[in-house]
Amino acid sequence: MSTTEIKFGGFGGQGVILAGMIIGRAASIYDKNKFATLTQSFGPEARGSACSAQVIISNEKILFPYVTRPEILMLMSQEACNRFLPEAVDDATVIIENDLVRPRHLKPGMKVYGIPATRLAEELGRKMILNIVMVGFFTAMTGLVNREAVREAVQASVPHGTEEMNLKAFDRGYEYGIQLA
Amino acid sequence: MKADPKGVLTGAHFLDGDHACSEGALSAGCRFAAGYPITPSTEIVERIASRFPQVGGMFIQMEDEIASSIAIQGAVWGGAKAMTVTSGPGFSLMMEHIGFAAMLETPCVFVDVQRAGPSTGQPTLPGQADMMQARWGSHGDYEIIALCPNSPQECYDLTIRAFNLAEEYRVPVMIMMDECVGHMTEKVVIPSPEEIEITERRYTTAKLGEYRPYFTDGEMVPPIAKAGDGHRFHVTGLTHDERGYPVMSPEVQEKCVRRLVDKIRLNAERIISLEESETEGADVIVVSYGITSRVSVKAIEMARADGIKVGHLRLITAWPFPEKRIRELVGRTGAFIMPELNYGQMFFEMQRVIDGKAKSYLLPHGGGTVHKPEVIYRTIKEAALECRPQVEESAW
Amino acid sequence: MVNNNPVSDLLRTDRMPHIWCSGCGLGTTVNCFVRAAAGCGLPPDQITVVSGIGCTGRVAGYLKLDSFHTTHGRPIPFATGLKLANPRLKVVVYSGDGDLFAIGGNHFIHAARRNMDMTVICVNNFTYGMTGGQVTPTTPTGAIASTAPYGNTEDPFNLPYLADSAGAVYVARWTTFHVRQATKAMKEAIQKKGFSFVELVSPCPTLYGRRNRMGDGLDMMEGYKENSTIRNGADTRDVGMDISGKIVCGKFVDRERPSFLEQYNTRLAARLGPSYKNYEGVL
Repeated sequence: MSTTEIKFGGFGGQGVILAGMIIGRAASIYDKNKFATLTQSFGPEARGSACSAQVIISNEKILFPYVTRPEILMLMSQEACNRFLPEAVDDATVIIENDLVRPRHLKPGMKVYGIPATRLAEELGRKMILNIVMVGFFTAMTGLVNREAVREAVQASVPHGTEEMNLKAFDRGYEYGIQLA
Repeated sequence: MKADPKGVLTGAHFLDGDHACSEGALSAGCRFAAGYPITPSTEIVERIASRFPQVGGMFIQMEDEIASSIAIQGAVWGGAKAMTVTSGPGFSLMMEHIGFAAMLETPCVFVDVQRAGPSTGQPTLPGQADMMQARWGSHGDYEIIALCPNSPQECYDLTIRAFNLAEEYRVPVMIMMDECVGHMTEKVVIPSPEEIEITERRYTTAKLGEYRPYFTDGEMVPPIAKAGDGHRFHVTGLTHDERGYPVMSPEVQEKCVRRLVDKIRLNAERIISLEESETEGADVIVVSYGITSRVSVKAIEMARADGIKVGHLRLITAWPFPEKRIRELVGRTGAFIMPELNYGQMFFEMQRVIDGKAKSYLLPHGGGTVHKPEVIYRTIKEAALECRPQVEESAW
Repeated sequence: MVNNNPVSDLLRTDRMPHIWCSGCGLGTTVNCFVRAAAGCGLPPDQITVVSGIGCTGRVAGYLKLDSFHTTHGRPIPFATGLKLANPRLKVVVYSGDGDLFAIGGNHFIHAARRNMDMTVICVNNFTYGMTGGQVTPTTPTGAIASTAPYGNTEDPFNLPYLADSAGAVYVARWTTFHVRQATKAMKEAIQKKGFSFVELVSPCPTLYGRRNRMGDGLDMMEGYKENSTIRNGADTRDVGMDISGKIVCGKFVDRERPSFLEQYNTRLAARLGPSYKNYEGVL
């Protein structure tokens, strides 16, 4: 059985939940033989500065629905990093927005990959799509979900009329990751 | 009858349980919903508010849950398939109208996305402590049906089933979701309309002037009429005779209420749906429902890896309770374990049925999250050891 | 006897005699109502009556129309669902002051605010009759009730003012003495599109009149005759009732405002464009 626990963190308005949705949708609908469960925090507590989505991806039916020890973290704000990094497993893969996050208290086994997603998004004309750049980067660095599956999920998840721009953002992030690797 | 294609979003979706429930209602032919916002059920009515106008349906946000729970019943008597949606505090306010629906035999659906209680409790976190309220919350004697989905896919599937059961038996049907299932997002496959079986409302064929609303013609469930069809019928929450007229005699009370109870009790085996795994020959059986059933399976897998013969019985219908099946298993199984997000509700129903003929273990939990599988696993081990003390623990 | 009544087609004669006390005004209001229903131009099959609980709540059961005897205080939300499922129906809510304005008060103001297309008839006898004469939101200050044995210490609602300010498009008040006017008002209310409200002041000699030394039913009718004035178009703020027994009657409000469904369809058509089909019921 191969099950991966992932945590997406950032501040409200960055599209953190959407990023998680895209990965979950890609795995469970567009990839082959994968299951995904997404949970998120709700209520006034969830509207604060650190907002998160949790995704479990497995090649078997997922039973326990919550992420307890994330193995992959995608972090888009310092506060999310401070709050969620301590929950991670010792050898977690940590994917960060370079200009927004300075990882602290990293454990020796952790692998950190950074991308200046905000700048790349600005170069593409919309700062708003930094989450999709991050999703592209995430896809390249983790290899967890098939690239084409994530592209399809991006297309299915973003507002009508913005698909092209978002796919560009995805590709930009993905390519950045491939070059890094 | 097949589903009306207008409401069916055929395809694979990544949906949370709340939204899946809305889609289930649309597929089932529900075209009227009334509700009042309450976490964690609000997403259901939000999606309905956006989707219904596009398929010829009507959603109205009422002034409270009391109004919502009776507006749907007015809509049913006007010809609609209807539901209301709420969570604990709102469910409490709806109780009188569950009894009203039972008494008038109004087919309708109540969704309770359970959160941790009592009172305001933890609005954004799961609980399973409304299970007895669903069964007994309204005064007087009556029967209802309650379904417990454990995934967004089942939120979709069981919402359709709830509407079908409501029509078949003319009862209020409760969908007892929980915050975890309501807010978790997973793949939900919506079939094509031809693959969705819908139970049509059975309207009277009586000639005008001859319709008696509660004349069953030897069956358990009478045909219904709707306002405006010319039957000029009367229905009331008072104890009534076949004509629907109030009668204050013990004989009519007996006849009226007996049928409300019997139409479910005598059909229980047709209504009940269970999911079982390795229950035959099991030393221990975990009985669970809703989100807790998923955690239980994880614990069961751990115990089976140790060589323990443990079965799983999942209540897809919590009410009516599967008395017959549990009695069958009691003779062969030494212990029954029930984990639930309360301090004992369905457990005591199970214990009543076991009737001292096997051991029973309650795994209570106040809610706010789900059980840790390890906790259930430990109890399975403990129960197995007590049932078969001759087997050394080290043998596992 | 009852079969010879010109409106017996609208009454469930198989349920007579009714349960109301002698001297009670409810029979009179029903008599007026069936005449209004028969004369309103709608086929009886299209008129549906919804009642709550109480003496007035029993009205639905005596009318040979599609009729619903619902729960205490909730006929208005039931009627809301019924109307929205099938807007071709004319839905009339017929209930008492306690049902509509104590336990059901919130539903009343919201239905009026929405301008939900229905007629609400309130038989106001200032008391809970079915349960034995308790104080209600319309009991005048100082009046004796079984739960106000030293006299009501609270101020009552002025129902026409409440209906008016909540948004009703038609508001009238008559007494059971004014049978012709009451009949006409109910007919107008039924014909009016939107939320219409008719208050019918009615005697409960058994539980209200007797306790407050108002005599029997006939004496109370005599009182209505002597103490009532007709002021059509009166400002509803000025028509509150008190222990003196003075009653201002008349048609106070008759105005136009888009009904719930008109407003709903207009807004949705504007937002959703030509793809939106006007909602005209679920069928």
